[in-house]
Amino acid sequence: MFDNNMGGESMREKILEMLSCNSRISHDQIAVMLNMNPQDVTREIKAMEEEKIILKYSTLINWEKTKSHTVTALIDVKVTPQRGVGFDEVAERIFRYPEVRSVALMSGSYDLSVKIEGKTMKEVALFVAEKLATVEHVQSTMTHFVLKQYKQAGVVFDDKEEDRRQVITP
Amino acid sequence: MSKFNAADYVVPKLKSLPPSGIRKFFDLVANTKGVISLGVGEPDFVTPWHIREACVHSLEKGYTMYTSNWGMPELRKGVADYLSEKYHVSYSPENQVIITVGASEAVDLALRAVVDQDDEVIIPDPCYVSYKPCAAMAGGTVVSIPTKAENDFKLTAQQLENAITAKSKVLVLCYPNNPTGAIMTKEELLQIAAVVEKHNLLVISDEIYSELTYSGQHTSFASLPGMLDRTILINGFSKSFAMTGWRVGYATGHPEIIGAMVKIHQYTILCTPVTAQMAALEALNNGMEQVYHMRDQYNQRRRLLVNRLNDMGLDCFEPKGAFYAFPSIKRTGLNSEEFCQHLLNEELVAVVPGEAFGESGKGHIRISYASSINQIEEALNRIERFVNKRYKSEVNLSAQA
Repeated sequence: MFDNNMGGESMREKILEMLSCNSRISHDQIAVMLNMNPQDVTREIKAMEEEKIILKYSTLINWEKTKSHTVTALIDVKVTPQRGVGFDEVAERIFRYPEVRSVALMSGSYDLSVKIEGKTMKEVALFVAEKLATVEHVQSTMTHFVLKQYKQAGVVFDDKEEDRRQVITP
Repeated sequence: MSKFNAADYVVPKLKSLPPSGIRKFFDLVANTKGVISLGVGEPDFVTPWHIREACVHSLEKGYTMYTSNWGMPELRKGVADYLSEKYHVSYSPENQVIITVGASEAVDLALRAVVDQDDEVIIPDPCYVSYKPCAAMAGGTVVSIPTKAENDFKLTAQQLENAITAKSKVLVLCYPNNPTGAIMTKEELLQIAAVVEKHNLLVISDEIYSELTYSGQHTSFASLPGMLDRTILINGFSKSFAMTGWRVGYATGHPEIIGAMVKIHQYTILCTPVTAQMAALEALNNGMEQVYHMRDQYNQRRRLLVNRLNDMGLDCFEPKGAFYAFPSIKRTGLNSEEFCQHLLNEELVAVVPGEAFGESGKGHIRISYASSINQIEEALNRIERFVNKRYKSEVNLSAQA
């Protein structure tokens, strides 16, 4: 139970973890911190980009602090399974819309979880009614609007926890 | 009627005890605004949430009473199981484990339990700030052994042999080491054990940083052949589980010695606060994954720090444990106190002068990497600017001369 878990992670996983925390970190710094060769880091990252393991380098933004107001909704979508049409095909019909930010197949009481972004609630609601609900094999939708984001990608948005340590301790 | 002078009532041995070398520097730093401090000897992580939550739950359940003087039986058993599985040392939770108010109390209890007037206590230097004062307060005579950067700040068997006299009784070890980050391998410890056995010494082994070992496995001194009974093994929750403020540590050893320590503990402390013990129990039961996660983070920061220190010309041997680097600052031409003061004034970075940890720390500074990567990087940029300025002015001076 107190087993010396050295992580068992591969170098790739470690590189990915560092990039997912800070996509702007330099390859040289990754190399130093993981005790690797800088060329090896660059090669691995390049390979992972080509293999589409790394898809994009993005930035986590607290949009609420900006003037841009987007409305986000999570839609539970139930799908009627039909012969010859799997979930993948229904999902594809949904994720082709640019308004759709993410789509995932879920276990449980509904099948697809769809995240929609729009400028207003009305815009999102209309999209659901006119586009999403009318996709073939979609049986029902349930729309949940996001009111406030507290934490995303492991980051607490308005973190009040600060360094409370004494400035010098033995 | 004679005039009351409070100072006359303080015992002479306390008056002559120097205040912690860190105190003076602390005041200086505390009074400066906008400082990045790499002078902190504790994790920057807050105690993992599940541990904090378990503590709150224990309060809700009404765990607000005294516990056994020895500590809660479940926690003692947890500690014994942990030490057995991790470091292959076997202790009975019944009479060989005491839960203390931090490892610091355990150090004090151990020294008071075994050191008598004029007994010699051998302490490698530089070392954690409390060993020497506690040994002195217990009535012992401190014998310092200087450890050196060229030996990676390890104690050598020869040095120990040379320090032995007829009065030698106790050896204090602390590996992984604060302030140097040094560790000792099993082979190196075996050589020390041979000298310990030859001269019939008792060892107080403070292994509070045992989980923060970055090269190979930590070897507990008590696990060496013949050393189990001869060792008072001290450890705790502060560093590994990021629980400094909870004050929970422990000591394990021979029943006679632990029993003697419990005597002092029961009359002075009574018991470690139950709330903190409940949190420690949760830490042992469900907290190991977090420990390894934090260790990985420290290790990445350690490599970054040591690499950049060496790049900027501050020679730094590779610290393989704890969360400190201990580079030499001799090339700047400053002594370590001057270095730290000027660095604070000119660049608003706080590090601790090596001599705060003993004579052999002179010419070195202790830099803690228990800080976020961003803080470490910014501090390193400032240190580099400072060193370049200093070094260049030194070079110019010597060129003029």
